[in-house]
Amino acid sequence: MGVTIAFWLLAIMCIISALAVVLGRNIFRAALLLALLFFSVAGLYIILNADFLAAVQVLIYVGAVAILVLLAIMLTRDVTAGGALNKFRLPALIFSLLLVMALVYSVLSTPWQISPQAPLETTTAALGEKLFGEGGFILPVEVAAVLLLASALGAIVLVKEKDGKWKSG
Amino acid sequence: MPWNWFDRPLPADWPGGYWWHLLVFAVFIVGLTLTMVMIFIYLERRGVARFQIRPGPNRCGPFGIMQPMADAIKVLFKEDIVPDKADGVLHWLAPVVAFFPALLILAVVPFHNGAALVDLDIGILYVIAVSSISTLGVVMAGWSSNNKYSLIAAIRAIAQTVSYELPMVLSIIGVIVLTGSLSLNDIVARQSVPFIFFQPLGFLIFLIGLMAEMNRSPFDLMEAESEIVAGFHTEYSSMKQALFYLAEYAHAFGGAAIISTLFLGGWKGPILPPLVWLLLKTVLVFAIMFWARATLPRVRIDQFMGFLWKGLLPLALINLFFTAAEVLVWPDGLPLALIPINFVAAGFLIVVWSGLIKFGGGRVAVQ
Repeated sequence: MGVTIAFWLLAIMCIISALAVVLGRNIFRAALLLALLFFSVAGLYIILNADFLAAVQVLIYVGAVAILVLLAIMLTRDVTAGGALNKFRLPALIFSLLLVMALVYSVLSTPWQISPQAPLETTTAALGEKLFGEGGFILPVEVAAVLLLASALGAIVLVKEKDGKWKSG
Repeated sequence: MPWNWFDRPLPADWPGGYWWHLLVFAVFIVGLTLTMVMIFIYLERRGVARFQIRPGPNRCGPFGIMQPMADAIKVLFKEDIVPDKADGVLHWLAPVVAFFPALLILAVVPFHNGAALVDLDIGILYVIAVSSISTLGVVMAGWSSNNKYSLIAAIRAIAQTVSYELPMVLSIIGVIVLTGSLSLNDIVARQSVPFIFFQPLGFLIFLIGLMAEMNRSPFDLMEAESEIVAGFHTEYSSMKQALFYLAEYAHAFGGAAIISTLFLGGWKGPILPPLVWLLLKTVLVFAIMFWARATLPRVRIDQFMGFLWKGLLPLALINLFFTAAEVLVWPDGLPLALIPINFVAAGFLIVVWSGLIKFGGGRVAVQ
């Protein structure tokens, strides 16, 4: 009962904040609502007994991604004057409606399997075991880390001029 | 090794019943935070005054202990001014967003063996995640004020929080490697010797990172008076400004409680009740913070970032590496003989490393 109420509250919060992100004219507020959306998704994870994932969601998405989006907005000129809506309004609406229809159709028509097992009490240890233990996903984890490092280095190389000086903004 | 008779664990739903537990602890945490904020403000003002060879506030009540209350009442009656072109809603919401993570942190801090609002399995991860939200409040304040100094402060806040989280988390991992648990109560329970003895370098890095995250001097670049007026709360007055002030000290209390829990043995201690021990350690950590504030000049923004990337981060990585190696060699608990070795190694590393790094030759390299 309590879980159902929490789910519906979070789901409504998710959808309203997601719509406000897309439809709002003020980009800064949209980015803040994006943070709220991430936060409510973390709440959904908690309902699903994925507490580790929820904490990581808050840490990465609210604490880092949303904040960097805000930083990018702050460094952009004429944010409040320039509108978020432009001439791609109608095509974007059509495409997103098509996407929503496709997603809803596939979600409704898929026969979902529900695991009979009880959810794990402590997910952290199991997750660590799966990622780093014997026969786990250690190779993909490390490849992803190297990929991220390479992209960070690539970004630095791209903004650096040939004579070693930094391009000024 | 039980240190005293208070160590008997309390049941998880003390004082009985889910709702009673929630209510009692929520009221207790809010009350304790407000009380400790007042004590901290009093201690800091009097303490810093002593450092500066002046008496400090001493007129209001005996020894001036009523001064924080007088300030609070004064601030309540001030006029609330919102700039004309400010974003009203965000301007109103920002202090709230900045303040509530400080209270959320305390939800997982154990005040007694097993007595926390919730003893989460992911306790310390929760603390890191929640405390990263408070930056949003600062950013909202900086943007919505429609003031260039506030905006600069907000950008500094982002740079500060995003980067100083790295060494903090790395030094926390050192503690987690020693205990093998993320739950704060487990971390305290495993400290037969406070972890500061096994992690002296980790303690220092965490303390410095915490001071930077909480925007305490000498890292208070977000509100550097000499550069950007009052930073992100330039355009705030009355109760909202007070809420920012409250948030700063509540964060100081939350951070000090976390550092006492991780490195100083939390509620453990002889003779006195556990709660008293935790609060004593918290006050001690806060005393170190205002000692630093009274002693050190404010760092410049380039020195601040250079100190992180060249100084703290490599040291935190080395610390984590050494801790992991020690735990690999002695998996059943570290021998006490390691304590002096740890301190010598930490001192050696700090001295050698501080000689190796340079911050732009003492000037900003503008090209």
